[in-house]
Amino acid sequence: MTPSQARRPTAWVGVLTFLVLAATWYALTTLTHTISPGRFPAPGETWDALRQIAITGYADARLHEHILHSVKLVLLGFAAATLVGVPLGLAMGASRAFEAFINPSFLLIRPIPPLAWIPLAIVWLGLGDAAKVLIIWFAAFVPAVINSYSGVRAIEPHLLEAARTLGVPRTMFVREVLIPGALPMIFTGLRLSLQACWTTLVAGELIGAIAGLGHVLYQASLDIFPAMIVVGMAAVAVTGAAMTALLGAVERRAMPWRAR
Amino acid sequence: MSAAAVSNGLPFRRWLTLSVAGFVAFFAIWWLIAASGLVQRQFLPTPPEVIEKFVALTQSPFVGYTLQQHLASSVGRFASGFGLAVLIGVPLGLLMGWFRWLDAIVTPLFDALRFVAPIAWVPFAALWFGTGIGGPMLIIFSGAFPPCVINAYRGAKFVEPRFIEAAQTLGASHFRMITEVLLPASIPSIVAGLRISAGLGWQSLVGAELIVASSGIGYLLVKGQANISTSIVMSGMIAIGIVGFAIDALLRVLERRINARRGIAG
Repeated sequence: MTPSQARRPTAWVGVLTFLVLAATWYALTTLTHTISPGRFPAPGETWDALRQIAITGYADARLHEHILHSVKLVLLGFAAATLVGVPLGLAMGASRAFEAFINPSFLLIRPIPPLAWIPLAIVWLGLGDAAKVLIIWFAAFVPAVINSYSGVRAIEPHLLEAARTLGVPRTMFVREVLIPGALPMIFTGLRLSLQACWTTLVAGELIGAIAGLGHVLYQASLDIFPAMIVVGMAAVAVTGAAMTALLGAVERRAMPWRAR
Repeated sequence: MSAAAVSNGLPFRRWLTLSVAGFVAFFAIWWLIAASGLVQRQFLPTPPEVIEKFVALTQSPFVGYTLQQHLASSVGRFASGFGLAVLIGVPLGLLMGWFRWLDAIVTPLFDALRFVAPIAWVPFAALWFGTGIGGPMLIIFSGAFPPCVINAYRGAKFVEPRFIEAAQTLGASHFRMITEVLLPASIPSIVAGLRISAGLGWQSLVGAELIVASSGIGYLLVKGQANISTSIVMSGMIAIGIVGFAIDALLRVLERRINARRGIAG
């Protein structure tokens, strides 16, 4: 049971918590000025910052343009990593010889966190979009491979044996046994890697970018504009949550036999 | 199930040959591309050049410190941020597992904050705590905190009800219930959480230092990038990989020890 599952019976306590928190926020900033505006913004300032970025724009673009820019890069890198990583993982799962050959390269690359690829990507490709896509590719690639691989290994052996005994042709074996069998694990991997991609992109954009939500955060911290920082963080959170929810919907679509 | 380091069902000789071949192929391809002149040497140095640079960095300082000194300051920040996350997160998770009202209050906040990527805290971390130790610490904390809470909470929720009932019948106080029933029963779950948390914390540290720091391994990477020195950047990445691997190995040993002891104790 995760914390979110335990929430339902006491939803009103949660609502109350947010109300109390909002009231405290208002009291500490606007009413009593206990927290200086240079440290954390008042609710009114945050609202104004949101209006500013949504209507007139901030850091060279409007809010939805920044969001679309970031989302586009994440999806590009994520799709490229999935297209390479999943087949590679499936092949490693299906053939032990292939696994033995590829595994050493994997063991060398795996301990390096995706964020550590950022400087290298910038040296190679500059501050533009190509570097971001490369970094996201690295963030999504490793989980995609590992989970596809474990997905194949988790297929019940008697299914594989039955297919072999019946002399199922190779393409049919891949399409009808290997992929559906590994799909649950593959999606677990995709969900993990989508979150990693999002974090990585925000970091990449904070370090150097021309547009995107990370760039908004960077510009806001240069300008010492706390209200815009809050707006940027909220946009990062909401967009990340929305993408994860979207992938969940795709997952249910792709595996109707698992629908609850 | 991670890619297994054992001979995975193949005959050992064949497995060894293939593994060595794979290992050699990795470096051979790298070396060939670097030496072929397809890419400028400045952007892709050969493996020996990177090793040479790595050794040089341990001897002569780069941007103020040697590689070991950068690593030491990174590990110090990591240890303090991770330590703080464990000290606050584990008790909070246990308390949430015991007191329903606390669970009802904290969980929605926690769920809302969880979606804020740790890296998105960077601007506030710099604004509130500066770029010395405080700023990076906040970011490591925000990366390492959630798994500590979640795993302690889960551990506390899955304690066998009869243990709780027995303790209640015997009149255990809230304090003793948490420290003597919930905590010991949740240890395996907590330790598993620590491994996830350390991984995320180390990764957040690298991100934090890339953006806000004036020393540390991430700072070395950024400065290497600014000097367009691929060999410095790669040396830094290798060091990050080694330390990350070592932290995980250490916690894995701890995990195995604890599980083994519990297995014997029953």
